[in-house]
Amino acid sequence: MAEELFLSDEFIRKLTAVGEVDILVGVPTFNNRRTIEQVVNAIQLGLVKYFPRERVVLINPDGGSNDGTPEAVRNSSILDFRTLLSLSPLRTIHRITTTYGGVDGRGSAWRIIMAAADLLRAKACAVVSPDLESISPEWIEALVRPVYKEHCDMVTPIYHRHKYDGMLVNNIIAPVISAVYGVRVREPVGGEIGFSGRLACRFLEQDVWHEEFVRAHSEIWMITRAIADGCKLCQSFLGPKIHAPEASSQNIVATIQQALGTLFRCMESQEDYWLPRTEAPQPVPVFGFEYSSGVEPRRFNRKKLLAMFQNGVSQLTPVLESILSAETLAQVRDVAQQNGTPFRFPDELWVKIVYEFAASYHHSVINREHLLQALTPLYRGRIYSVVLENQRADSEQIEKRRELLSEEYEKQRPYLVENWTRKP
Amino acid sequence: MGQLILNTLSQTLGNFFSALTLFLPRVLSMVVVIVAGFLIALVLKLIVRRIFGIAGFRKYCDSAGLTQMMRKAALPPPVDLLGQLIFWVVWIVFIVLGVDALGIGALREQISRFFLFLPQIFVALVVLFIGLLIANFFSRATLLAAANANYPSARLLATLVRLLIIIFFVTMALEQIGLGRRVVLIAFSIAFGAVMMGTAIAFGLGGRDVARRFLERQFTDKEEPTEKDEEISPL
Repeated sequence: MAEELFLSDEFIRKLTAVGEVDILVGVPTFNNRRTIEQVVNAIQLGLVKYFPRERVVLINPDGGSNDGTPEAVRNSSILDFRTLLSLSPLRTIHRITTTYGGVDGRGSAWRIIMAAADLLRAKACAVVSPDLESISPEWIEALVRPVYKEHCDMVTPIYHRHKYDGMLVNNIIAPVISAVYGVRVREPVGGEIGFSGRLACRFLEQDVWHEEFVRAHSEIWMITRAIADGCKLCQSFLGPKIHAPEASSQNIVATIQQALGTLFRCMESQEDYWLPRTEAPQPVPVFGFEYSSGVEPRRFNRKKLLAMFQNGVSQLTPVLESILSAETLAQVRDVAQQNGTPFRFPDELWVKIVYEFAASYHHSVINREHLLQALTPLYRGRIYSVVLENQRADSEQIEKRRELLSEEYEKQRPYLVENWTRKP
Repeated sequence: MGQLILNTLSQTLGNFFSALTLFLPRVLSMVVVIVAGFLIALVLKLIVRRIFGIAGFRKYCDSAGLTQMMRKAALPPPVDLLGQLIFWVVWIVFIVLGVDALGIGALREQISRFFLFLPQIFVALVVLFIGLLIANFFSRATLLAAANANYPSARLLATLVRLLIIIFFVTMALEQIGLGRRVVLIAFSIAFGAVMMGTAIAFGLGGRDVARRFLERQFTDKEEPTEKDEEISPL
């Protein structure tokens, strides 16, 4: 098998010793000593509590941690939790650790997990982030059961988030996927995902794993690929998501570059699927009981956000001129000249900007990395506006506004198609 | 005495007019050659553009990414550039021929030298083109990095980077055609120093948080909570 070439002999030997499994859970790690024990214990408890009769394995591809993360995974034992369980584990939970190519090789970790799923003939798989502070055993059930029992091909998560959390997902990624691919997925970039063994094999067969955009944000590629292949998608409510502090302080410029780069590249490689599509976006079934609870509020320097937006627009005008249409750029400059509380970055303009950036990325009007970097100041202006608008909004109003934004993306879809297909 | 002056004047004027009658036709032929050269060059440019247009060269350049590369260097598309190049080469040849028609010995020598220089000039032009590409790329990269770091004079910084790189490549091009050999060394020293300084500033700006955390870990017992400016997690 081709995938065996990138798996170490030791890893294959361990997989062979396990035999076949029903459920596989993957946790890609890199220096996550602080949280990994909690994550592994939650996984093991979830497996024992909700799937006591199934053959299960935990795969941990590690990027070369030097803080003892793989050792922590190997040493954690379900026997430590006897008091928490009403029933004893009927089967052994196998834990296999292997290494992959470093911090930038997240795609390699995904590939290893899928190869393991293929070799072990797993029926259902789940992958969870190693830096979670809010994971509970129920997450495993929520991610695995729809695949294992309800025959879904892929399960994406739904988190309970603070209203200012996940801005990039809410303002670009989710609504673009909804409008372009016609499937309303709420969290297409959640670190947690469930999928069938069959789908893992299909992903593994694709000759894309060496591509930078797949390695950077494999989840976006997997979801868009699954939609384009007509797979059965569903969503599971997981509850609040809290990351370890060092994981949540991401660099906005790099995140936008990676996430949107992957999204636009996926759109490019799957244009045969979405360009001719005319149907309205379809909802995706949700499993689990959605509840709301208090989540930690987000604080930030609003003044600085506005200043960075205004400074960015004025400094980057020569770059923006080659990406945006003259009319859109004039509107952006008008928005940047506003000051104080009446500040508003309208949905209509924001959607137009995102679509023009997508088309310019497709036509490579300038270096693609530069193009994505140029979006950051505009994104800052947009989130500043969203924060001002949602200051006193409750979850219902937030949801309503999210819906309106999605509708705007759908409304302007012909504009994207027109820009995408026109000759540069 | 007056007669002598008049004689000298008339002789001078006579000499001048005889020289002029000899020189004027040459000037006229020079103008004719240059104007004809301009028209021929113009026609050739249009023919080349037409031929390449029919042959689908424009499409080929688009698909090969050549058009994008030229656009990134703020240059016209390859077909237009080729047309311009042919226009200028042909016209310069005619200008040189026209100047040669003047029959000035010193100029003739320079012209023959110019033709010997042509291959070096071509290499110098290639060096300049590459320099322009690199300058534009790094200038834009600097502009974006500085603007995203909220640096107030991002454009000034980007212009400086562009200018430095262009100066460096212009000097290299001059070196190629054999001018200012010493200048190359000096310019390289200055440019290298500036690049090192720029890198140091870039590391300072980009990695200041890392450096601060590192220093805090080294010199304090406990990490002080630091004020976070941007806590909105994007994903």
